[in-house]
Amino acid sequence: MEIRAFLLCIILFCSSYTTLALYEDQVGLMDWHQQYIGKVKKAVFQTQKAGRKGVVVSTEENAIAALDLRHGEIFWRQLLGVNDAIDEIDIALGKYVVTLSTGGSVLRAWNLPDGQMVWESLLLGSKPSRSLLLTPTHFGADKDNVILVYGNGCLHAVSTIDGDILWKKDLAQNGIDVQHLVHHEESDTIYALGIGDTSQFEAYVINVRNGELLKHSSMVFPGGFSGDLSLPTSDKAVVLDSSGSILVSISFVGGEINFQEDQISDLLQGYSGAAVLLPSKLAGMVAVKIDRSLLFVEVKAEGTVEVVDTVPHVEAVSDSLSFAEGQTAFGLIQQDGGKIQLTVKSSNDWKSHFLKERIEFDQQRGLVLKVFINNYVRTDRTYGFRALIVMEDHSLLLLQQGAVVWNREDALASIIDVTTSELPVQKDGVSVAKVEHNLFEWLKGHLLKLKATLMLATPDDVAAVQRIRLQSAEKSKMTRDHNGFRKLLIVLTRAGKLFALHTGDGRIVWSRLLNAFCKSGTCESPRGLKLYQWQVPHHHALDENPSVLVVGTCGYKSDASVILSFVDAYKGEELNYLAPAHSIMQVIPLPFTDSTEQRLHLIIDAEGYGHLYPRTPEAVDIFQKELGNIYWYSVDVNNNLLKGHVVKKNCKVEIADGYCYESSDLWSVVFPSDSEKIIATSTRKLSEVVHTQAKVNADQDVLYKYISKNLLFLATVTPKAVGDIGSVTPEDSWLFIYLVDTITGRVLLRMSHHGCQGPVHAVFSENWIVYHYFNLRAHRYEMSVVEIYDQSRADNKDVLKLVLGKHNLSAPVSSYSRPEIMTKSQSYFFTHSVKTVAVTSTAKGITSKQLLIGTIGDQVLALDKRFLDPRRTVNPTQAEKEEGIIPLTDTLPIMPQAYVTHALKVEGLRSIITIPAKLESTTLVFAHGVDLFFTRLAPSKTYDSLTDDFNYALLLLTIVALVIAIFVTWIWSERKDLQEKWR
Amino acid sequence: MDKGKAVMSMGRRWAVDFTDNSTSPSSRDVPDPLGFTRTSQDQDDSTLSREKKNAEANWKSQKAWEVAQAPFKNLMMMGFMMWMAGSTVHLFSIGITVSALWQPVSALQGVGKVFEPYKDSKVDLLGPKLVFIALNLVGLGLGVWKLNTLGLLPTHASDWVSSLPPAQEVEYSGGGFL
Repeated sequence: MEIRAFLLCIILFCSSYTTLALYEDQVGLMDWHQQYIGKVKKAVFQTQKAGRKGVVVSTEENAIAALDLRHGEIFWRQLLGVNDAIDEIDIALGKYVVTLSTGGSVLRAWNLPDGQMVWESLLLGSKPSRSLLLTPTHFGADKDNVILVYGNGCLHAVSTIDGDILWKKDLAQNGIDVQHLVHHEESDTIYALGIGDTSQFEAYVINVRNGELLKHSSMVFPGGFSGDLSLPTSDKAVVLDSSGSILVSISFVGGEINFQEDQISDLLQGYSGAAVLLPSKLAGMVAVKIDRSLLFVEVKAEGTVEVVDTVPHVEAVSDSLSFAEGQTAFGLIQQDGGKIQLTVKSSNDWKSHFLKERIEFDQQRGLVLKVFINNYVRTDRTYGFRALIVMEDHSLLLLQQGAVVWNREDALASIIDVTTSELPVQKDGVSVAKVEHNLFEWLKGHLLKLKATLMLATPDDVAAVQRIRLQSAEKSKMTRDHNGFRKLLIVLTRAGKLFALHTGDGRIVWSRLLNAFCKSGTCESPRGLKLYQWQVPHHHALDENPSVLVVGTCGYKSDASVILSFVDAYKGEELNYLAPAHSIMQVIPLPFTDSTEQRLHLIIDAEGYGHLYPRTPEAVDIFQKELGNIYWYSVDVNNNLLKGHVVKKNCKVEIADGYCYESSDLWSVVFPSDSEKIIATSTRKLSEVVHTQAKVNADQDVLYKYISKNLLFLATVTPKAVGDIGSVTPEDSWLFIYLVDTITGRVLLRMSHHGCQGPVHAVFSENWIVYHYFNLRAHRYEMSVVEIYDQSRADNKDVLKLVLGKHNLSAPVSSYSRPEIMTKSQSYFFTHSVKTVAVTSTAKGITSKQLLIGTIGDQVLALDKRFLDPRRTVNPTQAEKEEGIIPLTDTLPIMPQAYVTHALKVEGLRSIITIPAKLESTTLVFAHGVDLFFTRLAPSKTYDSLTDDFNYALLLLTIVALVIAIFVTWIWSERKDLQEKWR
Repeated sequence: MDKGKAVMSMGRRWAVDFTDNSTSPSSRDVPDPLGFTRTSQDQDDSTLSREKKNAEANWKSQKAWEVAQAPFKNLMMMGFMMWMAGSTVHLFSIGITVSALWQPVSALQGVGKVFEPYKDSKVDLLGPKLVFIALNLVGLGLGVWKLNTLGLLPTHASDWVSSLPPAQEVEYSGGGFL
């Protein structure tokens, strides 16, 4: 033991404090970083002026980004807060990007070339409403441009220059839903058009200069309206009546309202169903969706309407684009199979079209959701068009000249769940040739490195060395490596698309839009929930590929049915998918596998029945044996209830299919709803490996860790303190933490923190929990650690018995034995607010742990667990110091070198995942948000392997030199001997 | 001789070997000169050699006792070195301890060899050997004691449970929020 302790001391000594510091030239060696923006909501092209041609987009991840039109790279990107959804985006004065966000209450202007914020103004209103943004090109001769914003029921005029609010007009009194702001060229008035509560059309005429209401007119339409207004021209609006069968065109020039009705059945002979008006803004036209076809209806100046054409299978229609002298065009996309057809039509003349292209592309992208078009001038002075399309899998593509110029996989900005898969084992004779080919280069590389070490290298050589290191073919190979660094990260995205990323360089190995997650009649809004390792082939099933289980649900209600999809982890093929009738509340991966290494999963439905997967008799056999030892618990946040259940027996005959199990309630913990509210829970990771159950102190004393996978950490606060920080006084705010055994419902620990408040972020590992919360009294964040020890095992101190193995320390334990426990805890201040907390995990659990803290600045900070050790004291004894106990300080230190993400940011950080590598010292870290970041960490340094930087050439050279020296001296000595003898 | 043989094999037909080391009469073709008897010479020395032998035996047993007591000095020096090394684990103290353990062990292994030169039918080597072994065992004990003071002996409960894997659990529970 002491030898181990001694080694540990050496390890700790090696690793003390500077564990994570990274040299500048090591960046990118074992980490990669990818930037995404998310699913595009709106796009505005910026191609008027010379210089960089770009497109400014706003996305569902609340990002504003300027993309390069040539390659799709990000020029700049700004990410707004989680609750700051972008409603509208536009370009003003040709140099500002104007965004309206948070339901129309925050208006910001960003500098177009570099994305710096120029000004921001807060627009307050009386009640929530839709938000509209109008950036008129110019008001007559007046140079001072204004932006008109409707949000929260108020119309604001904001100066483009500095964001000052020029005037404000409240339009909310009448309960009118303003849908359009219209400005006629060269005039001083604007129209605000909307539909009132009692289906009346309302038009406000407002003076742009001072906000004076010039005229307000309204007119009730007896049939009522359905859907939104569409505005084909600047003096006419079109809307459908409540039945969807009458097209109403409304003229509102000068505030005089006129209705004109046309039956859809007149326009399209014999059609009787309901129609939907498309929101696209087309010049002089409206698009009416009827079944799968689009009806294009021209609205003439006198108010009559006329059907121009009916186009089948239209997936998306762009807004119209005006270019050249009064010419306008719009794009529409038709799709069949693996081909899409882009047509750019002139609004003025239906017969002609500017462009008609058929483009073949990847089937794995699903349907086209949106299209934005833009024009450019070709070298022969004709007009060409490019189209930006948003696909069902959230990817963004630029089409130009009949080809996909670039594409961005922006689904990766919204990852829901991550799992990993090992790569295939390297087969004999596959990569030998490759190695031989690389031998010369290997040697060359090492010689260059040697030169660099000996300070002989030129700057070119240094650059070459860096390039070789970064592009090492070794790290991106498609086979398993000895150290277990190369793996596949399988990620499930919100779009229902599954990606496999290579850990070496982050490239996409395969991607698949799952068939199971495509919309259908029975499944209205499919969404992915979780990802599990379904089959991990070990020894006896090594020939099979591993597979993952994707669990999803059909809707947002609790009784929505479940979707299960099984995907091959190497090829990305969907092996099978099931859509059973039952719903889903929880998925419990069980610790048993069948003969083909398929893991058993129990899916609990909303009624509390358990459904066993895979549906094989063998799985049932395995499960039957363990029946009675399988428990599950549910946390009901709304009712402040924690309940425990045991899976007991097969379901009743009526619903039984042999794989259904009934469970009965065992216990429940009811938190009084007037004093406590559940805000966070945390459990140990199922895959976590713990090396030992004993913890040895410096004075040879043994503490036995209480290691149980069936422990739940739960945090509650007083109901008043549920809101934001500062919404409650310290006296009224309590934070309680609980440790609950999920088998018996026994509360092992209850602790209270007075004057503290959530949000609570907790991480549970081995026998300790670390949680982060806000201390209202100290006005600072705090982190606390609780370590749990098993007191009932503490008597096992007889060495002789231990030597002879006569102890019951490794006998299986039951939670019903009610062991005595002892807890130790300590709290520290912590400077940062935290988004997420994770802990490193290694293959055998020997290496010391680090906490990975996702800070509010979207970085990942590594903090040694040693700093969160309840045995820390202000003046540790010599023995304790030797053990590695750090003197107690009130604050946890934040060392700049300890940022795992070094200079990078993982924008919109949501979660940090750690995966053990085969090498015990090393753990793989994957952080995802809008960006992705991957790196390798060695919390106690790589004590079990040489680093990548190790100079083999230098070693080789030294050995060769030594051997030569030995030979030379041997020859010398021989000669000298001979001379001695002749003397 | 070797050279002669080599030369012979190269073609010499005959050679005379002038040297003659042999002592036993049987190996010689030439008879001894008159008045020279080999046996009588040996017999003449016999009384003289007996006395000589006794003296040698005494000397041998005296030497054997000296050798047997030699580890004692070593022991003293080792003790001093150990006291100098202190009780913390570092390179020096480990080196001292290892040598303190190694010396007695190697000495014990070579007990026979150490007393080889003093082996005599008349000398009783049991006493010296026992003393030698005992002293070396004391030295070994000293080494082990040092090892213990350094904390490198598994005498604590912690040494036996430190790599004990956690106990398996009978029950299994899952769930929580979805």
